Amino acid sequence: MIRSSRGLAAGLAGLGLIAVLAVAAPLVWGGDAAHLSGAAREGVSGEHWLGTDALGRDVLARTLVATRLTLVMTVIATAIAGTIGVLLGTAVWVAGPRVREIGLRLIDVMVSYPAIILALAVAAILGAGTVAAVVAIGVAWSPAFARLTANLAASVAGRDFVSAARLLGVPPHRILVRHLLPNIAEPLLVLLSVAFAGTLTALSGLSFIGLGVQAPSYDWGALLNTGLDALYTNPAEALGPAVAITLTGVLAGFVGDGLAAGADPHRVGIPGRVKKVPLPAAPPEDDGALLTVDGLCVSAGDVDLVDGVSFTVRPGEIVGVVGESGSGKSLTAMAVARLLPDTVTADARALRLDDLDLLAGAAPDRLATEIGVVYQDPAASFNPALRIGGQLTEVLRRHRGLGRRAARERAAEALDAVRITRPEARLRQHPHELSGGMRQRAMIASALLTGPRLLIADEPTTALDVTVQAEILELLREANRRDGTAMLFISHDIGVIASLCHRVLVMYAGRIVEELPVADLAAGRARHPYTRALLDATPRLDTDGDGGAELTTIPGRPPAPADRPAGCAFASRCALVMPRCTEERPAAVAVGTDHRAACHAVALTVEETAS
Amino acid sequence: MTLPAEKAPAAGPAAGKLVAEHVTVVFGHGRRAHTVLDDVGLTVPEGTTVGLVGESGSGKSTLAKAMVGLVRPRSGRILLDGAEVSGLRGARLTAARRRIQLISQDPNSSLDPRMRIGRALAEAIDPRRADPRAHADQIAAGLEMVALEPDAARRHPHEFSGGQRQRIAIARALVARPEVVVADEITSALDCSVQAEVLNLLARLRAELRLTMLFISHDLAVVRHVSDSVAVMHRGAIVERGDIYAAPSHPYTRRLLASAPSLPPKETR
Ligand SMILES: Nc1ncnc2c1ncn2[C@@H]1O[C@H](COP(=O)(O)OP(=O)(O)OP(=O)(O)O)[C@@H](O)[C@H]1O
Ligand code: SF4
Ligand SMILES: [Mg+2]
Repeated sequence: MIRSSRGLAAGLAGLGLIAVLAVAAPLVWGGDAAHLSGAAREGVSGEHWLGTDALGRDVLARTLVATRLTLVMTVIATAIAGTIGVLLGTAVWVAGPRVREIGLRLIDVMVSYPAIILALAVAAILGAGTVAAVVAIGVAWSPAFARLTANLAASVAGRDFVSAARLLGVPPHRILVRHLLPNIAEPLLVLLSVAFAGTLTALSGLSFIGLGVQAPSYDWGALLNTGLDALYTNPAEALGPAVAITLTGVLAGFVGDGLAAGADPHRVGIPGRVKKVPLPAAPPEDDGALLTVDGLCVSAGDVDLVDGVSFTVRPGEIVGVVGESGSGKSLTAMAVARLLPDTVTADARALRLDDLDLLAGAAPDRLATEIGVVYQDPAASFNPALRIGGQLTEVLRRHRGLGRRAARERAAEALDAVRITRPEARLRQHPHELSGGMRQRAMIASALLTGPRLLIADEPTTALDVTVQAEILELLREANRRDGTAMLFISHDIGVIASLCHRVLVMYAGRIVEELPVADLAAGRARHPYTRALLDATPRLDTDGDGGAELTTIPGRPPAPADRPAGCAFASRCALVMPRCTEERPAAVAVGTDHRAACHAVALTVEETAS
Repeated sequence: MTLPAEKAPAAGPAAGKLVAEHVTVVFGHGRRAHTVLDDVGLTVPEGTTVGLVGESGSGKSTLAKAMVGLVRPRSGRILLDGAEVSGLRGARLTAARRRIQLISQDPNSSLDPRMRIGRALAEAIDPRRADPRAHADQIAAGLEMVALEPDAARRHPHEFSGGQRQRIAIARALVARPEVVVADEITSALDCSVQAEVLNLLARLRAELRLTMLFISHDLAVVRHVSDSVAVMHRGAIVERGDIYAAPSHPYTRRLLASAPSLPPKETR
């Protein structure tokens, strides 16, 4: 990521310089470029750094002067390609399903011809010349844009916010401008820079073979053409324009790569971001732990989003994390997986997966293979533009060094293991061709592919129906039984947690308020007032059913991360609150085996029973 | 806050506010044709909530989309206040659409990631101009209704957690002042306490706005809690209606009841 953003900067700076050159060169060197020195076809000399051409004109000056025409042509051709393409691509989307199908087929056919062949055909029809060449190349590149636009628009148009806008009565052209284009702008920009490099080469090619710019005008391609005649007498004459074309193309490529990396939704925070807190490390409370998290804080600016979270996961254990929306469940999990967004930072006293110190950064290979992640958002977990196969095999090929064939076989096996039918065919499909449940299963397959020791699953069943959810939970149980994969399973659904996990962490306002074995939860031995309130707010099949009776709610809402009080964060909503609660943050007290609660009222009863 | 509902012409007592009649939906053509809904009939009487449960792919969301006009049935009709809406086009379709709002299940996809919350709500109030400054009060009131601060309007969806986003989606549907709400799994992404709040909120709005609702959920306990009556969908058809909890007659209903993740009964706690 660092490299690509440097590449982006270098590319932009380089292209900027070339643009300045395009403006300035004809003014500065225009005279030299047209001046007939009388010394025709002279080699490299102090006076003429790249020699002179057949009429004795300075090649370097001509190359520099040609920058303007070349760049202007390239920009216009790229703009033509982009405009036609985007219009076509969106028109196909706005049209009805019949037209859409025909349009997409047509675009597919056009894309399958190399752009240069199309360009030659158009140029042959329009005849030789500058304008003809620009139009030809512009038209030739437009199918690529049309297809990308159509694909991207299709994936955005399928999202709920577009249908919501339609239901609200937003006119189609406004949906296009307001919702579609902004959401596909990034990949289009990437393609734009790729197309810029492509049109540059293609235009130069046309001029080179004499179909493009005609004398007395000249661009780099035309210079290359004349330079080639003198290849044996003065190779430098061809070298000038050749280097110019290559350099500009490469710079545009840098920009494209940089933009593409920036647009990747799964851009990972820079490894090594987690800083060690300068505190004496707490003695490891659990020697056999697979994952040890001690004093984890995640903050955005000065605001602590996750505030001193400590827990362990033992080998083969499924630990559930339950808590309200915004309580920091996802951030905690993503801090462990080292997948935090750039906007937040994490600190911890200790963060360790077995012998792997997650604080030390580095070891991306081990991170990628030993921790599997199933995201909360199934729509964002796969890149909509790429096929399932490529996305599944990427980690195997990158971090496990498997070949293409072997990786595909493993991926197909993994899909089969999560009971996805016709796995081979699925690998060739795009994410939107799978149903929500299937996509989530594919995600689980992908997370288990490298045989991780810890699986982090963030609300993997939230968007699914109850019978599919039951299947997914069974898949996870199976992986746990078969491979002994430990899991950190996040859910807001206490019923799901109770049916899957061995141990439960209850989070509230960025802290763990209670930690207890599922058996205790099931037996009604939850002690923390928040956990108990959570259980009471859950509608249940056995007792409810009067249709519309008020559910027990917890009054108020959790404090925003910036407004968390010094004392207990639950104090403003707690029925058992006492003066001490608002002043002093409750520490976790043991109330049973593997059972701790952070609450003053609970601590009091523990003391009473002890004395 | 209270949202005055536009008074709709009273329909005959038997007609129902929102009715699906023999609705069949087929996706694809020729050999690839796939019947998703098969002759579905469902009536949502004015001022009541009908619950719809069923497994993934059984067609619940498709029925929801057909009800609001996002999916065109191959045959059958959708009636709003006794008038057919399934055949409408153009401006009349747009007008009918605003009277029925769909709240959908995925909080990650229901909001445009590039659009501030205020603008998203403004779009619901005025779909053409979508100017948040012109409707600041209404936007604040809408956010208040779902327990969010007014300054949420200035932020983007990614700055909210999943549950908060879902509440925003609910606010967006409600500021459009619909007569009928089709709620597709709207609480499946919410926490219990917020879910309880939203369910209570929906109950209040139902009473205040005389809102009519089709409530789709996989959570039988939730459906049982909010609905006046329940229909069970299986493989594109309604297989059971009525008191499915006490006396489930269809085998699928029994399976559904059995796979619900359960908490220990209240008595033991
Ligand atoms: N990138 C970010 N920048 C700033 N604040 C953030 C960011 N991501 C999350 N937050 C805030 O951090 C807090 C915890 O967020 P987190 O996503 O961990 O909650 P959660 O428990 O997973 O909630 P949910 O159940 O809704 O997914 C919330 O207040 C949220 O608004
Ligand atoms: S510490 Fe006090 S306020 Fe917090 S949960 Fe316990 S009793 Fe309630
Ligand atoms: Mg989360």
